[in-house]
Order: sequence, then C-alpha cells, then structure tokens
Amino acid sequence: MDFSATTFVRPEVLKAMLPYFSKDFGNPGSLHSKGLKAKNAMDSARQKVAGILGAKSEEIIFTGSGTESINLAIKGVARALKRQGKGNHIITSKIEHHAVLDSCKFLEKSEGFETTFLKVDGKGMISLKEIEESIRPETILISIMYANNEIGTIEPIKEIAKIAKRHNVLFHTDACQAGFELDVNVQDLGVDLMTLNGSKIYGPKGMGMLFVKKGTPIEPIIHGGGQERGLRSGTENVPGIVGFAKALEICQRQKKKEARRQERLRDYFIKGLKARIDGLILNGHQTKRLPNNVNVSIMGIEGEAILLRLNEFGIFASSGSACTSHSLDPSHVVLATGASFEQAHGSLRFSLGLTTTKKDVDFVLAKLPKIVKELRQLSPVEFRHSGN
Amino acid sequence: MEVEKMSAKKCADVVGRNSEQWFYSTKVKEHFFRPKNFLKSQAELKRLKPNGVGLVGSPACGDSMKFWLRIDPKTERIKKCRWSTYGCGSAIASTSALSVMLTEKGGMKIEKALKIRPQDILKRLGGLPARKIHCSVLGDKALKAAINDYFKNTGQLDRMTEQGKKVIDKVLGITDEDIEHAVLEGAKSFEEVQQKTKVGVHDKGCIPQVKELIHYYRKKHFGEE
Repeated sequence: MDFSATTFVRPEVLKAMLPYFSKDFGNPGSLHSKGLKAKNAMDSARQKVAGILGAKSEEIIFTGSGTESINLAIKGVARALKRQGKGNHIITSKIEHHAVLDSCKFLEKSEGFETTFLKVDGKGMISLKEIEESIRPETILISIMYANNEIGTIEPIKEIAKIAKRHNVLFHTDACQAGFELDVNVQDLGVDLMTLNGSKIYGPKGMGMLFVKKGTPIEPIIHGGGQERGLRSGTENVPGIVGFAKALEICQRQKKKEARRQERLRDYFIKGLKARIDGLILNGHQTKRLPNNVNVSIMGIEGEAILLRLNEFGIFASSGSACTSHSLDPSHVVLATGASFEQAHGSLRFSLGLTTTKKDVDFVLAKLPKIVKELRQLSPVEFRHSGN
Repeated sequence: MEVEKMSAKKCADVVGRNSEQWFYSTKVKEHFFRPKNFLKSQAELKRLKPNGVGLVGSPACGDSMKFWLRIDPKTERIKKCRWSTYGCGSAIASTSALSVMLTEKGGMKIEKALKIRPQDILKRLGGLPARKIHCSVLGDKALKAAINDYFKNTGQLDRMTEQGKKVIDKVLGITDEDIEHAVLEGAKSFEEVQQKTKVGVHDKGCIPQVKELIHYYRKKHFGEE
C-alpha cells in the first residue's frame, strides 16, 4: 500500500502511448508527415489537458517530472521577477516536497533570495493569517502544496490564491498528490502556476506538467531548441505526453466515485487500526485529508522494523523513520506538525490505490497488531497511552 | 496488487523514503525475525538475577538498547544475557547477534567482551547494507555500559573507568576512541564520521568538539593539516 510513492500505468494509458514509441515515432518539430502526426497527437493531448484544467493550450508546459516543473515554476518566476526589480522574497511551508524546499534554499544560497518557511499546525494545516502576515513589499511568489505526500493534509488552496491575488503576489501549487482525486480546475482554484506529474495518476513516469497562466513572468531553466514556448527545450516526449493526458482524463472522470470509495476504505482502515493497536496516533487531519492516505505513528517501536516485518507478508508501506532515508533525521513533515522525534521514527504511511480492496485492508488489520506486539516485546521503551 | 505474496528474492526487503531499496543478509533476517535472548518478561529478570545492566540511546535518536548480564564473578564469564532494543531491523538483528556471541561456548570473558567492536558484530551478521551500518553501532556501547555497571556493583571501581577514553556524545555515549576508529576507517568529514557513529545526532552540543577531534586524528594518522 504505497501508491503515494508511485502508481502503475493503467492499461488504457499504456495502449494510448504505445503507437508513439516506434510506429509513429516522429519529432513534432519536423515538417514532414511523420512529424506532423506526432505534433497532432501532442496538440490534442495538450488541448485535452487544458480542457480538464480549465486553461488555454498555450498555458500547458510539459516537462520531465514533477520535480522539474517545480524547479521551473520557482526558479523561473523568481529570476524573471527579480530581474524586473520586483523583489526577492518567497513564501513556502516547512512540509513541502524537497523539490520546493531545496529550490528555495538554492535560490537563497546562490542568488540572493530570501524565503519564509511557514510552520503548520498539529494537523499539518497552514495558517492563512500567517501567510498574509508574512507577505512583504518584496514578496514575489508563494508556493504551497495542494495536498501533502506524507500525511495527506489538504491545504486551503483557493483561500491562499485569494490572499496572493489581493497582494499582487504570484501563487504556485504543487498538486502532484491531488491530480488523482481532487479538483484541479485552475480557474476554480485561482492559481497562477500548478505542477502535476504522471507517475502519481496512473500515468507514465518521467512526465511532468506545469500550468503557467498567460502573462506570468517566467524564464526557462533548460535552454536549447525552444520547445514548449521556449520554457522547456528538448524534443518532446510524445508517448509520455499522450499517456499523461489520457491518465489525467480517466482520473478526473472517475475521481468522485473513486475518491468516495477510497475515503470509506481509509476511514475503515483508520478506525480498525485505532481499535486494534494501543498507543497509535493519526498523523495529519481527520477530514481534510487525501482519500488514499493513512499515516499513523506507533509508539514504542521504530518504523523500518515494522516495514521489514510487513514486507514478509507482501504488504508494502513507507515510514518517516530516519532509518528509511539517507539522512539521520526522521521525516521533516511529521516533525513540522510538532510531533516528537519518537513519533516521527515510528510513523507509517499506507497509501491506498485503485486496486486496493477491503480484503487487502482486512489483511493488514489482521497482521499489523501481531507485528506491533512482537516488536514492542523487544523494545525497552514504555510507550505512553495517547488517549486516542 | 499491493498486497501479495512475493518471494524475498524478487523484491527488496525495504524501500526507503527516497525509493531506495535495500536487502538484508539471511543472517540479519534470521536474527530479526527470530531474535535470540531478548527479555520476554519482567519475571525472567528475577530468574536471571543480572549483576550488570546497561542502557544507551533513546527513542528520540531512533535507537535505544538495554543489556542485562549475569556474569560469573569467579570465571568472569558472561553466563547469561538478555536485551531489549528499540530500533530498525539491523539494530535489532545486531543486538541479537551480539547476545549470541557473548553467551556461546560457555560464555565470553568480560575482558574480551570489552574489546568487541561494531565491525565484529557486522562480520557475524554477514554484513549490512552500507547505509545501514550506523544503525548497528550501539550494541557494543550498551554492553560496555553493562560491564561497567557490573564493576560498580562488585566494588571494582578501578576497572570501571573507560581508561584513556572520554565520552564526547553524552546521549549516545560515543567516545573519542570511537571517533578515532571512524577516522581510521576512512571517514574524512564530520558527516562521514556521523554516518558511521551517529555522533551528534542528538547531542548537538558536541559537534564542534567532534570536528576538532576529526582534524586532530586525521593529522595524527594521515599527516593532514
């Protein structure tokens, strides 16, 4: 149950992509018929995506990943506005993906920008008041994620967009986790820039997209042949683009029904875990939460050990424990909610997917309590009852 | 399908936060899934009558280990031991492996036990994934703490001190000798020493001192300025 890490490619998506690998392999930049065929496929994919997002075709920029889209949005806009003398201050949050955090830190270190990293509350929510209060005359960009990849908290994007507009500041949202089940209409949301990627919506990996509202000052970070309105040079990934559009189309068409199904499964799962395991804390928000996200901390034991035991039963999850990453510190997201280091080390994320059934959830509910009991027996830590 | 039976060969044992994968040796898994000598209940302690107890680390650091030893005062051999570990798979496996090393063949002499290094435990485990080695460095510390406790309990205060060693990281009990060993094993920067020893993860106050020591030992052993 690790669908937030990445998803499989839907068979329909794969089928749509296949012709563009070898049969219709043309370069959309070529003027002959092979090229034209590829160009047509790409154009109609772009139109399709634009239609779903409520945007114009020329506002859709295809890139090589969600990370690349985020880099382009932040560095591209920040540099363009700084050049125009508009300012050098960026506002983001402490729970963003590293693509956002590290892009901002890079700009701070190398190009004279300043960043405010907003804190979040115990449920992972950003305070609108704090956003508004941290806007300065030199603020040029706000970047806040739509939904958090670790704890699933959904941020008030529409309200943040209104604040940004009122202060004449551009607003980018990283919507990578939202593309599957949430509303991604850019007019409804009111965003200036929005990142999506293929590998979280049952589409291809190596495919990202950035919505850039017409008139937004932005510079490329990759230079060359001038593809994608000069914002992303490099021969276009035609099968990827076709696959991305198809994946987004299916997800958005089925989102209401699938979101409801996953929400029910999620709540059943959380309830079942709480009933069976003492000293278990739900990380994130009870209701403003991605339909597929279950993130809990199990006190007294460590996350990687739990993953290893779960893996023996063919159950795949992920953990915010330090032992599951390169760094010696546990999850920055769980810590940002004010959780203790112990709570972060013991955090577990299950992310449900299209193919997850009640039977799968019941299987985890049957196995996990026994694993917890065994590992707690090995542990010298007396876990505190949390009163859940 | 995300829930399915898979053979261990086909799939990584753990997939990390950055989608990295790692595999554990059969010996690590054996000790992790069927740990030996761990403390099952408080009643067991009454039977064990431990005369040396040691605890290092804390759950906040991600690792915490406790050792209970029953040492025969006449032969100075470790007759029995029990342990508890909070930590990841490799931390649990390395404590279990250490407990077997201590008690097999009639029990290890404490003088020999005091010389056990993390590398000896690693060898016993058939190695660990490179990036997991820092998870196995607390076992020998907990053991030393327990033996020191035994010296204290038996009035052998002269044997108790960490002779010539100075505790640098007060939370994890990491000494200047541990840092010297990390440097000798090739760690060049503070980050590399931290990867090997976990020094300064929680006791941030010791970091400047650690950096000074690294500089000193690099100069001492490799003539670097």
